Amino acid sequence: MLRIRVGVLVSVMAVGGWLVCARFADASDATTTAQGLAAWEQVYSVLTSARCINCHTATNYPQQGDDRHRHVANVVRGPEGKGVPGLNCAGCHQETNADRTGVPGGHNWHLAPLSMRWQDMNDRVLSSADVCRAVTDRSKNNNLDGPGLLKHHEEEPLVKWAWNPGRRPDGSARTLPPLTHEQFIAATRRWVEAGTPCPK
Amino acid sequence: MATFQLTVNGERREVNVDPSTPLLWVLRDDLKLTGTKFGCGISACGACTVHVGGVATRSCIVPISHIGDRPIVTIEAMSGDPVGRAVQDAWVAEDVVQCGYCQSGQIMAAVALLKSTPQPSEQNIEESMGGNLCRCGTYPRIRAAIRTASSQLPKGGA
Repeated sequence: MLRIRVGVLVSVMAVGGWLVCARFADASDATTTAQGLAAWEQVYSVLTSARCINCHTATNYPQQGDDRHRHVANVVRGPEGKGVPGLNCAGCHQETNADRTGVPGGHNWHLAPLSMRWQDMNDRVLSSADVCRAVTDRSKNNNLDGPGLLKHHEEEPLVKWAWNPGRRPDGSARTLPPLTHEQFIAATRRWVEAGTPCPK
Repeated sequence: MATFQLTVNGERREVNVDPSTPLLWVLRDDLKLTGTKFGCGISACGACTVHVGGVATRSCIVPISHIGDRPIVTIEAMSGDPVGRAVQDAWVAEDVVQCGYCQSGQIMAAVALLKSTPQPSEQNIEESMGGNLCRCGTYPRIRAAIRTASSQLPKGGA
């Protein structure tokens, strides 16, 4: 009889303990996801800033300026996102910024592929959920997983250019993204560690 | 000031200029190659187009310090280039030029197009030449001349 009571007690304690742990685990997961979503919104604020989104268009042309107007000189996307013969991106955009003439530059200057468009055909910025889905879709994002996305944000020269965008033709400094690069990387890391959650 | 070793139209040239000087002014003022024109100074019109490393380049906005060892080719060398010669002949045949100011840039852009795409479509011509402005409005004759030049080129490129 005593053995049965002890057995029941142990069972009750075990089940109770599992329930408590499960509740903590649920709370932890929920918090992590919430933190990940909050981190994503920070990432999104950078991705949709002018320095980034001007080259993530859905249209046949890049944009320029904080008002995201159509690029001058009738520049077009071209088959590889690098313009067309006679009017290549590299015909103006060199390896580094040209501050005297106000032309930005960076290695392999080009438009993002259409699969990474973060605007609609009317140049309106896509929602946070839509951009997140595109960024995390490995069929669209050059097959990058979470760590791959983090590495892209950390190391890609044109991503890093956003924090060293040089001067406008009038000599004033170009606007920077809303976070520092370090803050952007920290936010990306939190989002990746949370499993790259996307808003509904 | 700094010294730069350049290859311009196949010749080695040395200039001593401010590193931020746009290539256009090195060509015109230091090397006296005045066929390349100043139009807008902000890469919006194409009058200053030359080839740098084979790429049609707006020389008015590219500092000389960014050129490196890439060869520079200007309008002065076009008559000795098979595609350039074909384009210039077509320009004459189609009587393209009115005032002429933009035409060296137009020809340099057209040559870049035809070297890459010897048989361009109308869309190719429209897109590649869309950044070169002509205040005289010679656009129809420019397009006709590119088609004429294209017909003179081997399909695989010159």
